[in-house]
Amino acid sequence: MTAITNEVLAELGPGLLADMIRVREFEERCAQLYGETKIRGFLHLYIGEEAVAAGVLHCLEPDDAVLATYREHGHALLRGLSARSIMAEMFGRREGCSGGRGGSMHLFDASLGFFGGNAIVGGHLPVAVGLGLAAQMQKQDRVTACFFGEGAMAEGEFHEAMNLAALWNAPVLFCCENNRYAMGTSLETSESETNLAIKAASYEMPAWTVDGMDVLAVRAATERALTLIRAGGGPVFLELQTYRFRAHSMFDPDKYRDPAEVEVWRTRDPIATFGQALIADGILTTEEIESIQQAAVAEVDDAVAFADAGTLEPIEELARHVYRRVDGVQAAEVQR
Amino acid sequence: MTSMTMIEAIRDAHMVAMERDDTVVVFGEDVGYFGGVFRCTQGLQERFGDHRCFDTPISEAGIVGAAVGMAAYGLRPCVEIQFADYMYPAYDQIVSEAARLRHRSAGDFTAPLVIRMPTGGGIFGGQTHSQSPEALFTHVAGLKTVVVSNPYDAKGLLIAAIEDDDPVIFLEPKRVYNGPFDGHPDRPIVPWSKHPLGEVPEGHYRIEVGTARLHREGSDLTVLTYGTMVHVAEAAAEEHGLDAEIIDLRTLVPLDVDTIVASVTKTGRCLVMHEATLTSGFGAELAATVQERCMFHLEAPIIRVCGWDTPYPHAHEWSYFPGPARVGYAMRELMDA
Ligand SMILES: Cc1ncc(C[n+]2csc(CCOP(=O)(O)OP(=O)(O)O)c2C)c(N)n1
Repeated sequence: MTAITNEVLAELGPGLLADMIRVREFEERCAQLYGETKIRGFLHLYIGEEAVAAGVLHCLEPDDAVLATYREHGHALLRGLSARSIMAEMFGRREGCSGGRGGSMHLFDASLGFFGGNAIVGGHLPVAVGLGLAAQMQKQDRVTACFFGEGAMAEGEFHEAMNLAALWNAPVLFCCENNRYAMGTSLETSESETNLAIKAASYEMPAWTVDGMDVLAVRAATERALTLIRAGGGPVFLELQTYRFRAHSMFDPDKYRDPAEVEVWRTRDPIATFGQALIADGILTTEEIESIQQAAVAEVDDAVAFADAGTLEPIEELARHVYRRVDGVQAAEVQR
Repeated sequence: MTSMTMIEAIRDAHMVAMERDDTVVVFGEDVGYFGGVFRCTQGLQERFGDHRCFDTPISEAGIVGAAVGMAAYGLRPCVEIQFADYMYPAYDQIVSEAARLRHRSAGDFTAPLVIRMPTGGGIFGGQTHSQSPEALFTHVAGLKTVVVSNPYDAKGLLIAAIEDDDPVIFLEPKRVYNGPFDGHPDRPIVPWSKHPLGEVPEGHYRIEVGTARLHREGSDLTVLTYGTMVHVAEAAAEEHGLDAEIIDLRTLVPLDVDTIVASVTKTGRCLVMHEATLTSGFGAELAATVQERCMFHLEAPIIRVCGWDTPYPHAHEWSYFPGPARVGYAMRELMDA
């Protein structure tokens, strides 16, 4: 674990652990609900990677903006979207954060600066640069944190975004969640330079490799990066090395990884290791961790009940928000 | 003849084409080791080696652009874009490079390649995993666009597409991969093994690009459609007791105008259907063609039944999808006009 004083750890540790547990609990339940066909379509779980979202989001201010991928339930939850609104969205209910229109991959909440849920790999990266530039031009202190998988680094949009961000000094924190596989494609078969920080640094921005299984390391790196960005230093790139314990999605038979490799990474489970460290340091007891767990279960139970009781958006309203409605003129029609 | 799903038929077409011609190469995201997310390329890497069937990074522009270069120098790439919805980063390469190379080099260079893409909704994929972007290709001179609806056609058309000397966009509605989906999501899936078009010849055969197929002969009205909607049209006609003539266009560009004209001239009524959004969809091209060629035989205005002019919804996908209820209603309207 990263060096940190015991007082600081006592102050931050329980919250960070609780964050990770909430995400884990939420997603374990999602997997179950998928089996029950309550959640349908695509479902990408973040299980194993929780320290990344927990460590980064912990450091952000309410005004900052966050963009994530389709593996974003945890980011949404830790950004402050209620478990209810996320679960309802996953059920396709109008009470969901995107009115039931987006589903699992498209969670949004403007009031919390949560800009998706982005299902097209790499598509949100140039947009993140724009969010950053808007803050710069409007002289606001807002930082944009943009999460993406290492697989996105093969897309042209990644390279355009990196160049523009560095060229224009945009206040963007690029958070590469390197879980070593893009669906079935390993890092080695996908990148000419597998040291992703070196690749990013060639765009003339600070780029560091971080142990993404260690929530304190993630938090420390993020703090350092944000200090630079907020001081006007332009974008920073973090390569957060992590691992997904589950398959890519519910459709993936997960045959491309050696089960032994998965087992090795499981021994580094960010929740188990951090929980044990907090117990060893006398900051939390087993019972206290158990009660954090119980609270997370209760939160998810409540979210599921809420989503279950939810309703579907009336079909007639689906044409809303295609365009802004002007003087009763509706360009898009829903015909029955 | 062997009974095959459309996935197996597509796989078999690759096998046949790669066996006959060693310039045929297959690549794309997860197509090699993994065999493709829908398993359409399963077994190719084992059989032909990883120099002829290989995985790429998530680089759609790179995939298509590299295919253009390879094709220009004598290879016949058949590449997969994992979902049609991921095609947009490659659109420049498709339009500005693949489609236009022959014309701007006055025939010196050509791009004989195939770009396969799964299309359409019905898997709760929402707006980023359900699109049918065929009209974005049919609008581009220099591209041929194929949409398949069944295993028999899929195999013969894919072989012909790979052997074609021009770039072919090959669209595979994912809803018919495993059976002739008739638009009733609540009913059990009918497998291809129970359908005559699931019977697929062994070895090499071609279905020429640019030929439509008379799916069902009838006298009341003509339905012009393609992909999944062929089966929906059949179900709707049956449910409404109408003797519809259903034409599976199979290729949108070049369009088999003669088959269309012969049918509409006979029935005098024309329904155009597709899952893609209505406005500027390929249905508009079809309606214009029928109007130009069959105007004096028409007994009713042409009707289009299409997806709504909205992004593909997540929860309400079966309302967006022009299912048998909406199609049947339109058929009745056409008959009553
Ligand atoms: C443009 C585009 N191409 C392909 C896909 C299909 N796809 C979805 S996730 C994924 C793998 C992404 O891997 P990575 O970026 O490493 O993120 P991870 O899923 O591992 O979190 C692929 C290929 C997509 N959604 N968008």
